Amino acid sequence: MYQYSNFDHEFVAQRVAQFRAQVARRLDGSLSEEEFKPLRLMNGLYLQLHAYMLRVAIPYGTLNSRQMDQIAMIAERWDKGYGHFTTRQNIQFNWPKLEDVPDILQALADVEMHAIQTSGNTIRNVTADHFAGAAADEIADPRPIAELIRQWSTDHPEFQFLPRKFKIAVTGSPHDRAVTQAHDIGLRMTEQNGSRGFEVIVGGGLGRTPMIGKTLSPFVPLEDLLPYLEAVVSTYNLLGRRDNKYKARIKITTHEHGIDEIKQRVDAQFTKIKPLFSGADLQLLKDIERHFEPPKLKPAAPAGTAQTVAQTPAFRAWRDTNITAHKVPGYAIVSVSLKKPGATPGDATAEQMRALAQIARNFGHDALRISHEQNVILPYVHLADLPQVYQALCRADLATANIGLISDIIACPGMDYCALATARSIPVAQQIATRFEALKLEHDIGPLKLKISGCINACGHHHVGHIGILGLEKAGVESYQITLGGDAGAEAQIGTRAGPGFGANEIVPAIERLILGYLHLRADETESFLEAYRRLGLAPFKALLYPQEKKAA
Amino acid sequence: MPVTPISKVVTANDLRSGEVIYLRFPHDWTPELSKASVITDDDLAQAGLAFAQGQANVVVGAYLSDVVAEADGPKAIHFRDTFRSTGPSNYRHGKQEI
Repeated sequence: MYQYSNFDHEFVAQRVAQFRAQVARRLDGSLSEEEFKPLRLMNGLYLQLHAYMLRVAIPYGTLNSRQMDQIAMIAERWDKGYGHFTTRQNIQFNWPKLEDVPDILQALADVEMHAIQTSGNTIRNVTADHFAGAAADEIADPRPIAELIRQWSTDHPEFQFLPRKFKIAVTGSPHDRAVTQAHDIGLRMTEQNGSRGFEVIVGGGLGRTPMIGKTLSPFVPLEDLLPYLEAVVSTYNLLGRRDNKYKARIKITTHEHGIDEIKQRVDAQFTKIKPLFSGADLQLLKDIERHFEPPKLKPAAPAGTAQTVAQTPAFRAWRDTNITAHKVPGYAIVSVSLKKPGATPGDATAEQMRALAQIARNFGHDALRISHEQNVILPYVHLADLPQVYQALCRADLATANIGLISDIIACPGMDYCALATARSIPVAQQIATRFEALKLEHDIGPLKLKISGCINACGHHHVGHIGILGLEKAGVESYQITLGGDAGAEAQIGTRAGPGFGANEIVPAIERLILGYLHLRADETESFLEAYRRLGLAPFKALLYPQEKKAA
Repeated sequence: MPVTPISKVVTANDLRSGEVIYLRFPHDWTPELSKASVITDDDLAQAGLAFAQGQANVVVGAYLSDVVAEADGPKAIHFRDTFRSTGPSNYRHGKQEI
């Protein structure tokens, strides 16, 4: 993985020192909250419902064991012994004290991490396919490009005050696991005549006005990518609306001006700025690529005693759901679920983080990833080591076998933590997962993406869930709207709202009716919920959700 | 139907810890809603808010929150304010640790 250069170290150290002085001036009264707020947000520090929240970037979801151990240390020393992994490959600490934050940032800097540009109207943490570098289906590892973009966008003087926040996602695989079509810019690696480049998708986003991104260019050669991105963001910076924050994202700019006009402007800007890129960016990319050499994979130790474990049904169930094909024969990608039924989606305790770090050291070539689906990935595990990895995960209470199933729910923090939320998400996720665990139907139901947001900003990606739940306030109580048929994959789709919202006590029974009904509606056991929905349309599913209306009709 | 006048409390977050706090007249802050001063007079409410806003080095984000005065102290009306007064529902953290 990428190792900081002297420049990186110095830059991050300077920011920590600056923020330390800013916090001191806030505490002694030299800075008002109005003056201080933009400074703390530049460093990822929010004030939420019950406390401050520090959002730390995990660039393109990549961590090593030392960093995971340090996050665990921070969680124990300055927070409440846990962290929350987010839908944009960040980690959030929910309880830091203001005066401790400079020390936390220093502890992060010590392991080459930071919280810069995890807030504000800047280019945010660049996200990537969480299986990058390991997936059997990828063209190449997209992370060197993601790192190049991170370096280019960090403290980029032109892009510190964009009309609104700006999110970029990158995938090296045609099977989109990075939700590229729901980002301000989505990059999909492609090849043309033997040379590598990217399809550039622009103007996707969820939130109040969900939109699927449009292809701005089907192929931008690798050597043109950075000037092309600069042309896109620069065009948006000038054209994007600053009069209304709800119309300020590039999806609205693209919608209002049309993709053709955006393309014209971007092409003109690209022609203008391309000569300014002397090739230093490509030299830098070459240097970065060296940091992403795949680990030297060794033959694993003989399985030995682990054979007995391999025979247990629990191990087989876990292997069947939590393992993905690796590009290297003999290896597997392990997804570690942070979605034990009843637990908070995306939360890990400090002990669990340390266990994951140790497993990565012992069996995983020191590599860890965080997925936007709020799980942890061990991208390089030898097949022969799987039983031992499973045992270690069991000891850490991390062996839940539910990846891609109904209890593997994405949920934002909702009104349990977030100042913007209009309803809670976490209890709904906990109750749904617990209910389906009790029903013992999860594996019969099969692949299903259920995603919950606690407000219209859609951090929980509810629009692209096969089943989406949006928590709102209605007449002074929490109300939950259901959307159906969304898809976050390569052919991304925004779900359709099924009808009126459900009260907090009605939402879990509604989901249960929907799922039990689907089991009757599906053509056979191989037809997934999404496939059945696409075949049958909204009507039969709506009838399941609103049985009274059917009776009345 | 007669309209019951809405009672209010002054609430904010503590600058250092971020914790939710409530004004207790004349100039104390308490983390417990039950110990907050309940205000039924509009002028007094504005005066309380102005006092809180003047304490820029102690509190952040002061506002008036609607409450119902009950025998064991004020109760928040909006569920958001109820959550602020209790803490998150997934862990016994924040005020639930007291």
